[in-house]
Amino acid sequence: MARRIPRIPPSHITPPEVYFNRRSFLAGALAAGVGVSIGSVQAAVLPGEAGAPLAFTPNPGESVAALVHASGQDEKPNAYEEIINYNNYYEFGVDKTDPAANAHQLKTRPWDIGIEGEAEVTGRFHLEDFIRPYALEERIYRFRCVEAWSMVIPWVGIPLAPLLQRFKPTSKAKYVAFETVYRPAQMPGQASWPPILPWPYREGLRIDEAMNPLALMVVGLYGRELPNQDGAPLRLIVPWKYGFKGIKSIVKIRFTETQPPNTWNQATPNEYGFYANVNPNVPHPRWSQATERRIGAPLLHERQPTLMFNGYANEVADLYRGMDLRQYY
Amino acid sequence: MTLNVDRRYRLVYKPAVFAASLAPFAWLLCCLFGWLGFSAGVDPVKFLELECGQTALNFIFLTLMVTPVRHLAGLPHLLRLRRMLGLFAFFYVALHFTVYVVLDLEFDWHTLGADIAKRPYITVGFTAFLMLIPLAVTSTNRMMRRLGRRWAQLHRLVYVIAAFGVWHFYWQEKKDVREPLLYAAGLALLLGYRALRAWRRKAVLHPMPET
Repeated sequence: MARRIPRIPPSHITPPEVYFNRRSFLAGALAAGVGVSIGSVQAAVLPGEAGAPLAFTPNPGESVAALVHASGQDEKPNAYEEIINYNNYYEFGVDKTDPAANAHQLKTRPWDIGIEGEAEVTGRFHLEDFIRPYALEERIYRFRCVEAWSMVIPWVGIPLAPLLQRFKPTSKAKYVAFETVYRPAQMPGQASWPPILPWPYREGLRIDEAMNPLALMVVGLYGRELPNQDGAPLRLIVPWKYGFKGIKSIVKIRFTETQPPNTWNQATPNEYGFYANVNPNVPHPRWSQATERRIGAPLLHERQPTLMFNGYANEVADLYRGMDLRQYY
Repeated sequence: MTLNVDRRYRLVYKPAVFAASLAPFAWLLCCLFGWLGFSAGVDPVKFLELECGQTALNFIFLTLMVTPVRHLAGLPHLLRLRRMLGLFAFFYVALHFTVYVVLDLEFDWHTLGADIAKRPYITVGFTAFLMLIPLAVTSTNRMMRRLGRRWAQLHRLVYVIAAFGVWHFYWQEKKDVREPLLYAAGLALLLGYRALRAWRRKAVLHPMPET
């Protein structure tokens, strides 16, 4: 049985950036075809099918819009068709086109999330209850894969910090761990033998990384509910880290005192670390990370320099002050 | 009308194999330009790179299959097709390298140098490409005559090239090495067949002294 969610303080219900941007928020909601009465709070509601329109706040707060264009490059978002047909989601197969072909097999409703570990509030929660107290935001982020390709993606989601704080992590909660659903019957990649990766997929963040305002729990793409191949119904996006940190189809969140294992590090420890910050100066053992190819750019104009922390250094560099990023790759 | 073996190869088999060997190239062009409903997908550069590389490796394997198939199927004349298959292997390797330099690296010579020097899988692949060049250059009848016995010795390099090709394929995989391992197993069969024959021949020519 899913438990009822604790009462949410009103300050959490309307994030300040939404409050101070009421006009654009309302305009966005109206533009999305959703009527809202003045004064009411737009709760995050998922329509329950991939591709259905969502009510969200476009580019809330100037800071996010500024972040998106921080690098001063051409940052036109990739086409929807590119984002849903070029995926690394090994649970559905190892080829980039496998997820688009197989992901429809995953049933994303009903969906529960288990909260465990070093927090005052733990238990199992329905997805709808998990996200309802919040307003959805659109965030256009650069996405940099460890394989040295990149995209620009308009996600819709909820900042991770308030989502986590609601469960009142204790002082012992130094890390937060995430786990993907394990359903070999619906995810053919998990059923293949020998296993490509140790299932279920696991990822983790240091708690201060998780609380950084850029970390986003994503439920949508291009203003619509997230397609399965992009990690529906709930996935993480940590834009200053390589894409594999953005764990998909999350069913478990655990607050821990020690650094949790992460799947790619378990599989190939000399190639993939826990931190996985985008860093042009630290090459992958088998290829350079100094440049990247922007998917969808014109031929012969795809390659561009990779930026430190994927261009989000101003927002996140402080998290790693004094750390040797070659050692903690 | 019946044709003798010479004319059958010249007029039928060779043109047919030539056309079939160009089919992957035609398919890649269709994918790149979206002709006939084909598509190179979201990342055409990576697509072309991987497909050219794999086609090249397939042609190297085809050239290595000529000898065992001649022996086992009793088709000695197949030898006449081997040079063409080998030259197509060179063609697709060159195409693979061109896609890498032009479309992937976009003529970034600095990165090219760094990749070749520092990225082991690229070092291995590039070495295989370099080794193929003398084989392509010495593939003419004139060069065969000029080199005599040394021609056969030189062209045994293809064993090393094939091994480097499979190694390159294996090393560039992020995680799923099942396909490169299949190629490695195939190569082991092809080379094992030759080793076994050489060993047997040696045993016939120089029998072990009785003890």
